[in-house]
Amino acid sequence: MAEADESQGIPAPEGDTQLIDTEYEIGQDNFEGSLGPIGFDVHNPVFMVSALAVMAFVFYALALPTQASEIFGALRPWLTSTFDWFFLSSADFFVLFCLFLIVSPWGKVRLGGKDATADYSYIGWFAMLFAAGMGIGLMFFGVLEPVYHMAISSPLGTPSPFDADGNLIPANVDRAKAMGLAATIYHWGLHPWAIYAVVALALGLFSYNKGLPLTIRSAFYPIFGERIWGWTGHVIDILAVFATLFGLATSLGFGAQQANAGLNHVFGIPIDITVQVILITIITGIALFSVLRGLDGGVKLLSEINMGLAALLLLFVLFVGPTLLIMADFGQGLLTYAKEIIPLSNPFGRTDDSYRDGWTAFYWAWWISWSPFVGMFIARVSRGRTVREFITCVLIIPSLVCVLWMAVFGGVAIDQVLSDPATSAVKAQVIDSYNPPLSLFAMLEGLPLSSITSVIAIVLVIVFFVTSSDSGSLVIDTITAGGKVDAPVPQRVFWATFEGAVAIVLLVGGGLSALQAMVISTGLPFTLVLLVMCWAIIKGLRAEPR
Amino acid sequence: MFKEIMVPVDLRHVANLTKTLTVAADLAQKYGARITYVGVTGSEPSAVAHNPEEYSEKLAQFAASEAAKNGLSARGHTIVAHDPAVDLNHKLADAVKELHADLVIMATHLPNVADFIWASHGGHLAAHSKASVFLVRG
Repeated sequence: MAEADESQGIPAPEGDTQLIDTEYEIGQDNFEGSLGPIGFDVHNPVFMVSALAVMAFVFYALALPTQASEIFGALRPWLTSTFDWFFLSSADFFVLFCLFLIVSPWGKVRLGGKDATADYSYIGWFAMLFAAGMGIGLMFFGVLEPVYHMAISSPLGTPSPFDADGNLIPANVDRAKAMGLAATIYHWGLHPWAIYAVVALALGLFSYNKGLPLTIRSAFYPIFGERIWGWTGHVIDILAVFATLFGLATSLGFGAQQANAGLNHVFGIPIDITVQVILITIITGIALFSVLRGLDGGVKLLSEINMGLAALLLLFVLFVGPTLLIMADFGQGLLTYAKEIIPLSNPFGRTDDSYRDGWTAFYWAWWISWSPFVGMFIARVSRGRTVREFITCVLIIPSLVCVLWMAVFGGVAIDQVLSDPATSAVKAQVIDSYNPPLSLFAMLEGLPLSSITSVIAIVLVIVFFVTSSDSGSLVIDTITAGGKVDAPVPQRVFWATFEGAVAIVLLVGGGLSALQAMVISTGLPFTLVLLVMCWAIIKGLRAEPR
Repeated sequence: MFKEIMVPVDLRHVANLTKTLTVAADLAQKYGARITYVGVTGSEPSAVAHNPEEYSEKLAQFAASEAAKNGLSARGHTIVAHDPAVDLNHKLADAVKELHADLVIMATHLPNVADFIWASHGGHLAAHSKASVFLVRG
């Protein structure tokens, strides 16, 4: 009996994976105990430092709101305009890196060892990939972005189909329409998913194949060696927790505003803080229920329900809207994307700053700041896939779904704007005045049964937030427990509640945009982190038996 | 009386299980029953093992050493859960059925306020399986 106990944590290479030989035992820095009746098992110092740092920043944003919004408000545009070339070229590199892995001989390496079998079926897996990483953005930007890029931001200098007085210029229509969709697809296609894939693959590889704890620092083992168990690793993990928690809390705040705008639009419920606080409480409540039910009974189930609802809405818009036109738009958008992807990804010598800096660089920083969270969640559910299968599925299929979504929602919206500019609600909410939360509802209004579809849209917005919130809480809990996935359940409850509380405090006290800007700024250091991860992936894969 | 005894074990805290293991061994000897030591793990690396296969080997080793020590028939049974912290209860209930266990012997904590929200694993098992459940206070 004692024999089995003593041998814990000593790697036993099995031949089918190349375990990293480390003296570190998962959980050895953990602080186990109980607070009254509630047990906990957390990493010391990652848990405490992350929680305190979050509180300190919230306190700062509340105490000095003007200063906070000035500093962070200026930081974000400065970063995206100064480092646009860096964000763009790094994202391009991640796409090429992933495509290379698909065709390279390392594509055969299986996460979890040669004989590992996949933990989840394709459907459950895809549903979770989407719900964690992108779902909510699809709701928010699906109508807004294609219309905006077509008419206002002029990607690659494409002229708008409207003149300064808002009159249609027929000669510009076809090109602007195709470019509006292609420029949107560019932000939601290969590039973001390549960013997520890099993080997810690095974590999956170092955890399932090398036997290191499932936490961000593990991917740095090839560089820092045993030092990752010290402060070098603590800092990496704390930064990840920080970006994830604030990313979730600020999105939760903004999401409550969008849901409130929708409720106002459909039911005339007033737009005020009380309604939004109630919404955040409901979302957090459902997320709590979901984390208590666990990965299978909660997160996966909700993701699948969500996927089903989203598919229904998509099919409805596709068939009730001008179906043939949408299918043509889909083809045209995809074709233009394929044709323009190289000019759009080119970081140098461009003059379309409002598109390149204001949208592309912003998006890349945003996806990258979310990548520790989404990447880690993807890693958690991807054991048993080969590298080739993993990258193909994480890169290509979600990209295609995003393209379809954008083509359907954006295509219908663009059609509404162009066919009847004078009365189009989308034109009023996106082009004439800029009112992002209402853009989706404005498009649905132009279709039959809009009162039903708007309610479905509100439900989707809320459930997508729940699925981001619950998977985010699981990720934060795992990182702050030193990579343990079986830490006591009350810890998840703590993080999910904490996240909701931070969102409410920021919403009531102001400071949501300041802290969101700060989260996006973490995209810069994380871009470096991701570049290093690519190197670590190659190093890790080379040592794997194929 | 009993043919198949199931003993859920946490390989991380074997030292705390002495009393439970002794009770199980004594009863197994008395009734000539076989013991199955059941362990639940995630597929991610943990303090015990780097992967489920390694966990399974360690559990089998543990079962063999218990069997040799007490002169009884014993085996290990590993359950891989997606989310061990939450799935433990119903995975154990499933194992009772799968192994056709007629007695479960497991260690449990002193009841406290938190049990109103998160019932003890033993309590849950007693409520959700047909086997007899013997809870041993550590």
